[in-house]
Amino acid sequence: MKRHHEHHIIHTSEWEQSRIMQWLDKRTGLIHLKREALYEPIPGGARWAYIFGSGLLYILFSQIVTGVFLAMYYVASADHAHTTIEYITKQVTAGSFIRSLHSYGSSAMVVTLVLHMAQTYFFGSYKGRREILWLSGLILFAMIIGMAFTGYLLPWDQKAFFATAVGTNIAGEVPLIGDWLKSLMRGGTEMGTLTLSRFFVAHVFLIPACIFGFVGAHVFLFRKAGSAGPIDEDPIDPKKPTEQFYPKQVIMDIVFATILIGTLGLLSYFSPVELGPKASPADTQFLPRPEWYYLPIFQWLKYWSGQSAVIGIVIIPGIIAALLVALPFIDRRPERRPWKRPIASFSFAIILCGLIFLGWQSGHEDSTDPSVAKQLAKQEQETEKFMKATFEPETMGPPLLIAAPLSPDAAKGKKLFADNSCDGCHGDNGQGTENGPKLIGVSLKFDHDEMLKVLRNPTKKMRDGNMDPVELGDDDMNLLMAYLNSLK
Amino acid sequence: MIEERTDIEMLETKPEQTVAIRTDDHDGHRDPSRRSFLRWFLGIGSVSVAGVLSVPLIRFALDPLMRTTTQTDWSDLGPASDFAEVNVPQKRTISITQMDGWRKVVMEKSIYVVKGNDGVLSVFTATCPHLGCSVKWVDTNNQFKCPCHNGAFSPEGKLISGPPPRDLDTLESRLVDGHLQIRYQSFRQLVKTKEVLA
Repeated sequence: MKRHHEHHIIHTSEWEQSRIMQWLDKRTGLIHLKREALYEPIPGGARWAYIFGSGLLYILFSQIVTGVFLAMYYVASADHAHTTIEYITKQVTAGSFIRSLHSYGSSAMVVTLVLHMAQTYFFGSYKGRREILWLSGLILFAMIIGMAFTGYLLPWDQKAFFATAVGTNIAGEVPLIGDWLKSLMRGGTEMGTLTLSRFFVAHVFLIPACIFGFVGAHVFLFRKAGSAGPIDEDPIDPKKPTEQFYPKQVIMDIVFATILIGTLGLLSYFSPVELGPKASPADTQFLPRPEWYYLPIFQWLKYWSGQSAVIGIVIIPGIIAALLVALPFIDRRPERRPWKRPIASFSFAIILCGLIFLGWQSGHEDSTDPSVAKQLAKQEQETEKFMKATFEPETMGPPLLIAAPLSPDAAKGKKLFADNSCDGCHGDNGQGTENGPKLIGVSLKFDHDEMLKVLRNPTKKMRDGNMDPVELGDDDMNLLMAYLNSLK
Repeated sequence: MIEERTDIEMLETKPEQTVAIRTDDHDGHRDPSRRSFLRWFLGIGSVSVAGVLSVPLIRFALDPLMRTTTQTDWSDLGPASDFAEVNVPQKRTISITQMDGWRKVVMEKSIYVVKGNDGVLSVFTATCPHLGCSVKWVDTNNQFKCPCHNGAFSPEGKLISGPPPRDLDTLESRLVDGHLQIRYQSFRQLVKTKEVLA
């Protein structure tokens, strides 16, 4: 009887039959969910070519975790951002390692993303009612590129500052809305602390929120369409015998994830990411160089100056983007073998090779131009020097004394303020402490009579906060009030 | 809907030979030890990788707990002779440096210098051991009074009345070339014995 039962609803393990799992399953559908996840049929069986999608999920997870931890120490302000990253890198236990994991992780993300896209493209896996799946992937691609761009500024070192200055200038080249777009990104006409805040918000809140949504949609749409299988498979109505996602594809995915984690870990441990000296906008010598995956674009833009810049910056990338978006709508044949789709295959290969060539060209030009090579070497030396220097904390003095000198009465009042231990809770200069609120500006909230009243008879809320009635004679009270009135 | 195969078949089947074995093809000869071995292997493998990776993350997050944040240097209060003439406790403000993450913060703390009957100077923190309010010296009562909950202490810092659990905390002091020096420390509140906070 039990056996017969098993035949129809597949094998259930002892664990799944346990009372706790049954209890949970009835309320959450957990076992069903697990089966949905693990027993996805793959036409033609598991393949190494399919590992990149789940590889991206692993890296995304790693980026989220390391990113959240980095935010424990990071402050997004032009005054402090660089110091906090220096603190993370030089002082915090494992800080350099975790920052490096996050930084190298962004490179791994871009590489794996390109591989995932290339696999989908060459396998023709966007075909067969997968238009929206493809589009959600393209949007994710743009968002990951956006994450790389916004994250690059956050350390606020020379490299980050000038690369972002260039990046936002490029946005300024967009016709009609360029200036507006640039100011919007920078939070003003110049790069400053508002730029950093905006990039931080984009990097930590806006884009990740969209990424979560689109990753969810992407995975859902993928499961809805089903695995497309190998290149000779019918993408809509697969004919090949299928194999379940678990265990073989799972094992392949895990092997890839392990290689990724291992590589990133070893790189981060043995060759941690460096931090350059703090951004100094007045530096006229600095040669900005973007992260390696932006080098092809960086090089590309060198060929388009003045009037023609619009072509290089907007029109050509726009056409490529439009073609990518239109791809599953234009290419509707069920044919998936790359050699039977020569135009599609060649154009993708040409663009890919072109990007690699441009990247190489960029490095080549830098190394062959003596003045550039010299400046870049100097920048490298400055970074090395900065990395060797010991961490210097920012120094905060006691809260600055009130700028205006106190009137004689207020000065006497201040003495009463100290002698009666008001300063114990409200701070030496009425600036407030963890035990009591600040009194600066208190005279704007209460008029003379009200203030006198609450000092003599504190409200319940004040008493609950350990404020005792002030027991001073009228003369002393007036002096104290003179001091309180001076706190503005 | 979902195929049923044994792990031996799955592991030994080459990709080009992949054959779906539907539920009805199932012959019932599953090898449970093989299946559970794979599951355990994946499970233990994932947990141990996650475990190893979480070590630097945990150390990173716990870093502030392992740091000494308050300076332990001696602060100079000036020549001891300054205190020779006075018979009531003297309030002084000293600046101490604390590490607040990536900031070095100079904070002002109040202390009292008291001359004992034997003429020896001792130094108290002005922080009440009850809830951390600043105690004040009240000449008319010849007592230290805490303004928050009316704790009262003798000129020698002994608890007289009120909710504080112990006497005022003395600070380590020494005389160097006739200068009075102290080492400022914070102490745990609400406990009967004096415990230093890092």
